[in-house]
Amino acid sequence: MKYKSQKIAYQFFLLAMLLFVLQIIYGFIMGFAHMGYDVLHDFIPFNTAVTTHKNLLVVWILAGFMGSAYYIIPDESGQELWSVPLAKLQFWSFAIVGVVAVAGFHVGWWEGRKFLEIPRPLDYLVAGNVILFLVIILMTLLKGKQTTTSWVLTMGLVFAALLYLPGMIYFDNIAVDSFFRWWVVHLWVEGVWELIMGGILAYLLIKLTGVDREVIEKWLYVVVGLTFISGILGTGHHYYYTGGPSYWLMIGGIFSALEPLAFLAMTIFAIQMYRKGNKKHPNKLALYWTLSTAIVSFLGAGLLGLAHTLPGVNLYTHGTLVTAMHGHLAFWGAYASLILAIISYSMPLMTGRNIFDNRIGHLAFWCSNIGMIAMTAAFAAAGVAQVYLERIAGYDFMTTAIEIQPHFFVLIVAATLFTTGIVLFIINFFKFGKPTDEALQTEEAFEALKTV
Amino acid sequence: MLSKKQAKIFFLGGTILFMLIFIGMSVHSLMVGIPENTNDSEIDDQVKLGKLIWEEQNCMGCHTIMGEGAYYAPELTRVYSRRGETYIHAVLTAPEGWGFRGRRMVKYDFTEEEVAGLIAFLKWMDKTELNGFPAAPSLPPPSPAH
Ligand code: HEM
Ligand code: HEM
Ligand SMILES: [Fe+2]
Repeated sequence: MKYKSQKIAYQFFLLAMLLFVLQIIYGFIMGFAHMGYDVLHDFIPFNTAVTTHKNLLVVWILAGFMGSAYYIIPDESGQELWSVPLAKLQFWSFAIVGVVAVAGFHVGWWEGRKFLEIPRPLDYLVAGNVILFLVIILMTLLKGKQTTTSWVLTMGLVFAALLYLPGMIYFDNIAVDSFFRWWVVHLWVEGVWELIMGGILAYLLIKLTGVDREVIEKWLYVVVGLTFISGILGTGHHYYYTGGPSYWLMIGGIFSALEPLAFLAMTIFAIQMYRKGNKKHPNKLALYWTLSTAIVSFLGAGLLGLAHTLPGVNLYTHGTLVTAMHGHLAFWGAYASLILAIISYSMPLMTGRNIFDNRIGHLAFWCSNIGMIAMTAAFAAAGVAQVYLERIAGYDFMTTAIEIQPHFFVLIVAATLFTTGIVLFIINFFKFGKPTDEALQTEEAFEALKTV
Repeated sequence: MLSKKQAKIFFLGGTILFMLIFIGMSVHSLMVGIPENTNDSEIDDQVKLGKLIWEEQNCMGCHTIMGEGAYYAPELTRVYSRRGETYIHAVLTAPEGWGFRGRRMVKYDFTEEEVAGLIAFLKWMDKTELNGFPAAPSLPPPSPAH
């Protein structure tokens, strides 16, 4: 760590970990409900559980992004954060709005619009909070040294905020509502969030491999270029069957089928840089998580996205558990793992404790990744069975749902392995203790490892 | 070899170009395509009320409509023609909450006006043109011999 103000990242990471645990608990509630044990129905009906599960996911990932930006931007621009008191204010207001939103879901204070359930009055607070966050980041960035990595990261954050706005307008026609909902959801995860992901990955690769910044940043441009060239028109894969004109079948089909290329490029980029690098950085755990992000995002988003993105396939899989299969591995590989990577990288530097390569850390890595892949397989089995029974053979929904219950037993077993991994990760997280100014010099020690 | 500057032009140029195309197509979809496919002019006050309740109650947190939502309860895009008005009315007014083979729906205290709104909304939805979704099952029903 070079600057005292980078320590603010810790609070965001801590919040992210707490919300992540809560998210998982709601996952189990739904897993059991799907298996036939909807025992909490009277207190937490399924729609409350699903909304809480998804929004906690989004909020903890955003907390992770914010923490990452607070850690990375001072380092990249070569100076302290513009204002630490404002950053603290931003943290607490973010945390409070998040907690109020989640609590509200339990008393029916929500808007039933998948992923955007946060009610409008709170939306304004979210928007205000994010503006404050962006001001702090931009002021820091503009005052200091400007690198491609920090610009890509910041542009991702700015556009993510802008794209939230169309999701706040009310429409009487649900198809129009849905049209703009995808401007948020799709253009986030398959657009601007990939910019954030590219920026954070590039930063991690520069630090961990020692490869020349110019080389890494050149490929960063190529990766994010591919993202937008395919991903913007790729939005069409959500417009096939939701009221849009039929030309989206063709346009959405072609361009969304190209989206995996961006993820593939990200994978090749990370692996190549690792191979070119000097492999001397002691933080093996951070390197594992960085590479797994690049690889698993390709599997979950790229390959499993491709599996159901062509209109002929999507006609049958649209709105089934096949979608949930893809949603889990994509979010895990691309965004959850990314946050765990930057946490693994930055915690030793913020706290001065060198937990780089310990047993628990590796166990956490393997349990969570294998657990999530197994969960994906369980969702896949349930989803494919659902498609054949309900959509192809024509059995009704509940007949199908009862038939596929056993797959949710498998899901719960896999989820237990996954959760074990996450708990171990969090144990390690607490082992680091709190960040301290005494850690200010730690980065220097690794700087010397650079070969190029 | 590609230089960093060329890579940057590739990124900026590609993004701007495809963003413009996307915005153009979106304007067309919003002005022409969606209103036509969804009979926008037939959205009356009852349908609007139904849509509002659909959102307030977060029905999408269990069901899908146009294939969007959660996967805990049936797809409702074509429920109006599948089940008919009487059945839907019974579901929405079940005193203990609709329960169907072990899976329970939340218990609601809708007024008759609200129920009528939801039914109008589902009836409107039933007539939307969604490029062939939901598809008819491609297999014939199992023969009685088995
Ligand atoms: C990191 C990137 C990605 C994430 C986090 C992600 C996540 C998700 C999620 C959560 C959904 C469900 C959305 C909903 O129904 O509300 C979804 C749907 C979908 N995704 Fe992705 N996705 C990613 C990338 C991709 C890519 C690259 C492709 C295509 C190659 C793709 C294809 C699809 C398709 C076709 C659907 C619609 C499924 C349906 O019709 O029900 N996704 N994605
Ligand atoms: C113990 C772990 C977990 C379990 C048991 C679990 C289970 C579930 C279940 C049953 C659903 C609802 C499917 C439906 O609508 O019927 C769901 C939705 C979802 N979960 Fe999880 N989940 C877990 C962890 C996670 C994690 C770690 C992530 C992200 C990294 C995640 C992301 C999502 C997303 C994006 C959806 C919405 C998917 C869609 O509607 O297409 N879940 N989860
Ligand atoms: Fe998408």
